[in-house]
Amino acid sequence: MLKTFSKGGVHPKENKISTGCKITQIEVPKQACIFVSQHIGAPAEPIVTKGDFVKVGQIIAKAKGFVSANIHSSVSGTVVKIDKAIDVNGYKQTAIFIDTDGDQWLDTIDKSDEIKFDFQNKEIEEIKAKITESGLVGSGGATFPTHVKISIPEGKVCEHLIINAVECEPYLTADHQLMLEHPEEIMIGCKLVQKITRAKKVLIGIENNKQDAVKLLSEVAKKYPDIEVFALKVKYPQGAEKQLIKSLVNREVPSGKLPIEVGCVVQNVGTIFSIYEAVMKNKPFFERVVTVTGKSLTKQSNILARIGTPINLLIEAAGGIPENTGKIIGGGPMMGKALVNEFVPVTKGTSGILLMPKNQSTRPQSCNCIRCGKCMQACPMGLEPYLLKNLSVLGMFEEMQTEHVLDCVECGCCSFTCPAGIPLLDHIRLGKATVNKMLRDKK
Amino acid sequence: MRINKLTISMSPHNHGNQSVKKIMYGVIIAMLPALAVSIYYFGLDVIKINLIAIASCICIEWLVQKFLLKGKTTITDGSAVITGMLLAFNLPSNLPWWIIVIGAVVAIGIGKMTFGGLGNNPFNPALVGRVFLLISFPVQMTSWPVAKVIDFTFTDATTGATPLAIIKEGLKNGKGISELMEGLPEYTDMFMGHMGGSLGEISAIALIIGGIFMLFRKIISWHIPVAILCSVAIFTGILHGINPEQYASPVFHLLSGGLILGAIFMATDMVTSPMTGKGMLIYGVGIGVITVLIRTYGSYPEGVSFAILMMNAVVPLINNWTKPKRFGEIIKN
Repeated sequence: MLKTFSKGGVHPKENKISTGCKITQIEVPKQACIFVSQHIGAPAEPIVTKGDFVKVGQIIAKAKGFVSANIHSSVSGTVVKIDKAIDVNGYKQTAIFIDTDGDQWLDTIDKSDEIKFDFQNKEIEEIKAKITESGLVGSGGATFPTHVKISIPEGKVCEHLIINAVECEPYLTADHQLMLEHPEEIMIGCKLVQKITRAKKVLIGIENNKQDAVKLLSEVAKKYPDIEVFALKVKYPQGAEKQLIKSLVNREVPSGKLPIEVGCVVQNVGTIFSIYEAVMKNKPFFERVVTVTGKSLTKQSNILARIGTPINLLIEAAGGIPENTGKIIGGGPMMGKALVNEFVPVTKGTSGILLMPKNQSTRPQSCNCIRCGKCMQACPMGLEPYLLKNLSVLGMFEEMQTEHVLDCVECGCCSFTCPAGIPLLDHIRLGKATVNKMLRDKK
Repeated sequence: MRINKLTISMSPHNHGNQSVKKIMYGVIIAMLPALAVSIYYFGLDVIKINLIAIASCICIEWLVQKFLLKGKTTITDGSAVITGMLLAFNLPSNLPWWIIVIGAVVAIGIGKMTFGGLGNNPFNPALVGRVFLLISFPVQMTSWPVAKVIDFTFTDATTGATPLAIIKEGLKNGKGISELMEGLPEYTDMFMGHMGGSLGEISAIALIIGGIFMLFRKIISWHIPVAILCSVAIFTGILHGINPEQYASPVFHLLSGGLILGAIFMATDMVTSPMTGKGMLIYGVGIGVITVLIRTYGSYPEGVSFAILMMNAVVPLINNWTKPKRFGEIIKN
């Protein structure tokens, strides 16, 4: 029996049509647009001004506070302006625009393909400093600064370091391909993080629809003590942090608490690879693998893209925007964000670009709730989406709080499964935001 | 190429393959075996009654939505068809047409649309209609044509009582169960549907086939039917064990009357049943116990309809009481 989480979950069509597409590089964009806020927490503060010449990997905005992350230039060239641009969420955010001129990397970065194995010589403090410096954030999509996540609070012990290689979102294959092409690097990354967190065991969780990756990583992991690879039953949202912990070590993170409460630290496999690059290769986080996919796209791709590249360049590389495109999604279909146009730049959290044809871009028509309870069966957090939706419509936000609305992970299982086509999650998000505001106001 | 219009919406951007229509038509398909058996035993009257019930249910829903609520009409969603069919399944096959129409008016007009249409009704509309008719027209509603193999004519069939009514009447007149059972059909006949009763309730096998289909399509879960049937079996088993001459056997209770129809098709109505597995079990046991109480101690020979309606009324309480266990719930000491 394959491991999985017990409560709720759905199984959307996997549609991993870009499976097996090699990670390719595309041309450096003529102009990069790099947001100063690509993570959860305070936006970074720009330290360059108009006219400055920057190199690839040079820091251009500094973290402001602990929960924040440095931003590095992904191209070499001249800063032309610091201005507002529309981000993935559709909001205007401060961004640094750099006109590209050649491709000059910082000398400190090791550009070679050679794998560096001497991770044992690295001191804990050195690793930590490198991770903080390199502006790493969780590359699964939540973009929580990595250095915060690996800091174990006083009095807590990290037993298990869990590597999230689940990639439970339909369509996305970036992590899968990364694992196939860079298994050694990932193992070294795991060892580095294990060193800082002092975790006894490293558990890598991969969904069973990526058997080649399970096989390969299991093989490579034999060389590294304490690293174990697990195949997990295919079920969405297994890649959600709390669900993954439940699947792998059968512990439930208490409501409102962090994974360290049950002795776990979770890292995305993409982040682990970036950690390897940051520590062993001195390479800050300025490029990432992005899946570019869609049923009517001619060339499915996994592209190693510089952060700040407008996504239309990625789509060009994948064969251009098909005529019937009705929606462009940054991320996967379950949790991704619909983009306002095709010029939104790649950010640290962009795991994929998904083009939906027009006939799949709109939601089903909704009708009355028939109280079938399918949303409750689907909710991995054990909430009652139908009830939360009703409370939200009635404006009963205090009651929503007592119904644990803040536990919602916004996985979308409820809306996905609802036969009446009710956008449950929309109402729940509204409630969640209002409850959060109420709590802030109370302080 | 420049895309002019992109759809912007919040996630999730894909949707599972379920829809209300699919569920409703699934239920209708599941009812067809029972309908076929019914036609086999009661003749073409069955089709007539079904058509009258379905047509009047749809008409009334349309009229209410069009002229009273002045909103959009949703008669194509299939729910009115189900109500019509279920109502017909609960009627004897020789009922005059105007009584059926009254039943439909009560079922849809009062049982469903008064509360705001599909999804908002606390009681199963078909049962509201059926019970209204049972109380208002007790004679017509309880004169059952005798089941016989089809002769494809509209006939004035001879009427007789249902097995449950025979037992009830016999016990009142001081006869013992073993004596009464001799005049009743064999269990295998009852299982196949060869007995007197409402249109849809006679054939256990056909109803179970429909139930398995719905289980397979995930329209219902096992909880409610199993809870009802088990609680009836256990309760009547205890009574039968105490005094076999006074109380009929569990098998008889399971196969007679509308128990299986109720357990599989009416108690499982999504709108009027609890949402969690635990809640469904409580609800099912409640229906089972009340059914047996009415059958053995009440004045009606049959109690499934009343039992379901009574338990419908407490569904909101059950839902409130059996909330799902939250993930990572902190237990307060």
